[in-house]
Amino acid sequence: MAERIPRVPVREQDPKVRAHNFEEVCYGYNLEEAMTEASRCLHCKNPRCVTACPVSIKIPEFIAKVKEGDIAGAAAIIGEDSSLPAVCGRVCPQETQCEGSCVLGVKGESVAIGKLERFVADHSAESDETSRPKAAVNPDAKKVAVIGSGPAGLACASDLAKWGYDVTIFEALHKAGGVLEYGIPEFRLPKDAVLKREINEVKALGVKIETDVIIGRTVTIDSLMDEEGFEAVFVGTGAGLPKFMGIPGENLNGVFSANEFLTRNNLMKAFREDYLTPIHAGKKCCVVGGGNVAMDAARTALRLGADTSIIYRRTEVELPARKEEVHHAKEEGVDFQMLTNPVEIIGDENGWVKALKCIRMELGEPDESGRRSPVPIPGSEFEIPTETVIMALGTAPNPLIVNTTKGLEATRRGGLVADDEGRTTRPGIFAGGDAVTGAATVILAMGAGRKAAKAIDEYLKTK
Amino acid sequence: MFKILKRQMLTPNICKMVVAAPRIAKSALPGQFLIVLANEEGERIPLTISDYDREEGTVTIVTQLIGASSAAIIAKEEGEFFRDVVGPLGNPSAFVKMDEEALKGQRYIFIAGGLGTAPVYPQAKWLHDRGVAVDVIIGARTKDLLIYTEELGSACDNLYLCTDDGSVGFHGVGTACLEDLVGNQGKEYTQAVAIGPMIMMKFATLTCKKLNIPIDVSLNMLMVDGTGMCGACRVTVAGKTRFACVDGPEFNGYDVDFDEAMRRLGQYKAEEAEVKAKYVK
Repeated sequence: MAERIPRVPVREQDPKVRAHNFEEVCYGYNLEEAMTEASRCLHCKNPRCVTACPVSIKIPEFIAKVKEGDIAGAAAIIGEDSSLPAVCGRVCPQETQCEGSCVLGVKGESVAIGKLERFVADHSAESDETSRPKAAVNPDAKKVAVIGSGPAGLACASDLAKWGYDVTIFEALHKAGGVLEYGIPEFRLPKDAVLKREINEVKALGVKIETDVIIGRTVTIDSLMDEEGFEAVFVGTGAGLPKFMGIPGENLNGVFSANEFLTRNNLMKAFREDYLTPIHAGKKCCVVGGGNVAMDAARTALRLGADTSIIYRRTEVELPARKEEVHHAKEEGVDFQMLTNPVEIIGDENGWVKALKCIRMELGEPDESGRRSPVPIPGSEFEIPTETVIMALGTAPNPLIVNTTKGLEATRRGGLVADDEGRTTRPGIFAGGDAVTGAATVILAMGAGRKAAKAIDEYLKTK
Repeated sequence: MFKILKRQMLTPNICKMVVAAPRIAKSALPGQFLIVLANEEGERIPLTISDYDREEGTVTIVTQLIGASSAAIIAKEEGEFFRDVVGPLGNPSAFVKMDEEALKGQRYIFIAGGLGTAPVYPQAKWLHDRGVAVDVIIGARTKDLLIYTEELGSACDNLYLCTDDGSVGFHGVGTACLEDLVGNQGKEYTQAVAIGPMIMMKFATLTCKKLNIPIDVSLNMLMVDGTGMCGACRVTVAGKTRFACVDGPEFNGYDVDFDEAMRRLGQYKAEEAEVKAKYVK
């Protein structure tokens, strides 16, 4: 019976309208839609969706509550495993995780787990019936420092606070959230309505957040441990250093890292008239790369009025971005130039970008990642006239903490050396998320933060 | 929130402020900078540290009125607060890491221009306190625009003032003064440091090349975060792209592509002019 109900479509802002504003694209389900969608779940005995979730949310259990209309009950179940459900419901790559493992997806369409998670989080926040566990800090509690207020840090801090630890998060920027604040745009993750709300939930657990503190500059891990009484440290500093291609012309005016472009618009709110931050998208913008960050940059440039193209060296099949983001970008009018790779950025007489010189590619043999590697087609160079070029080629971890902390080791790629539970090469210091793995996803970082929280708990109990 | 404890206009456009920031004061070293965000709607503005007092828990910044965001900093009164002050950022000056022996035989000459005079102060003081020979040249258009003359006077062996109009001191620019000191007065220097407008640092480097003196320059590039995240501060140094925020802000002047750096500083000129017209009356 249940599988005969088609997946309930989610309401979205008209692409023609949203291409000119920064309002959220997706409206989400209402109660009726959510309950109908929840009724599609088969409640498998061995739910593969839970195994596929990096934080192991008890998906069939929360969906059962939604089906009954007990949204507060659903929120409590999610809250046991996730501190950021409204964020994850919006930005997780569900198609490769929970929804990708859903039995219904084999023959038809999987349950819309992400949209249901989002509904539960938004609905319970609106009706103020959040029943997540609250904990008061015990004055004798051991102190734990969490470095970075992104997904890894928030997840780690939440678990530790629930277990009674005295947790302080240190954030280098002036607002908490890490990549959720500076990287992911408003139209995908509203800052005040969603992110701030979830961070406030984390604070309600007793977690303190100190912004404007750069570990390795303002203070060091050693001074936190030796002088400020922190007994364990979690490093969740992400992967913040932008990569460039190393092609001629990359320092011309009008070439930006996606980090700069997105930080100006998201953290510094350049899109808003009442903020002073300048941003320059130009009339024509080329975004190089095919990940979620490239989609975010392209859709931001489009909204700022630029005719925007994505330049990617493989084909659409290999695009690392979430399917939904690619689909949304196309609907909004972003142009996709596949099998195309920049070789040079050409400037005008004043040093501003004039054109992006590219070469056409074809797919050759599979490389170590299993993807067929792109090979340039000789003589196929051509120029795309453009005013700006945004490089969205991935990011690497910041070396500041490794360079200023004795006994911490990093890999050749800059990631901190840590085991599966987040133990680094120095006792008492733990790490997880992009700071260890290099750029990955919000939910993997949260999973790593939770594992490390467990390891920190064990460490402090036996210390 | 960071409280402004003292505020003083040094010239009609340049403002000195002492700010309570104990953690930063404890860690700051000569050559490093801060980022200040005056209000929620402002920009994160990088400013070189002009002094720090570890006991009082204060840092001193000197700001010049340029655009809307620097206007917002200067508009703050004593007792008011900045939304954010973060730092210390960047690497300390090279001499901070040199051992006493290596410093002993050194003779430093600082060439300071305009606003760049303020961050020269903690550097000269640091060296002077350790008995290293330090001379300082301060240049400005005219007498009234010279800043930090008193402070620097007590933080070096010889202070040379220069004005473009000859209203006080040497009649001419700082680099001409340096050429005069070395060429005509027999002064010898082992290391120069120039801090000021990019064009001034370019010419200081050319002069030092001619005089065969090594020179470090402090690059005041555009920045957003100041921690290596945005890459807005990219500069070409010895043919390689470096980030002024984490690899600098001081670099060997001989290696810096000044023309590119000057061009990159103007990257948001059009947008900034628009904002300034709207906010600065």
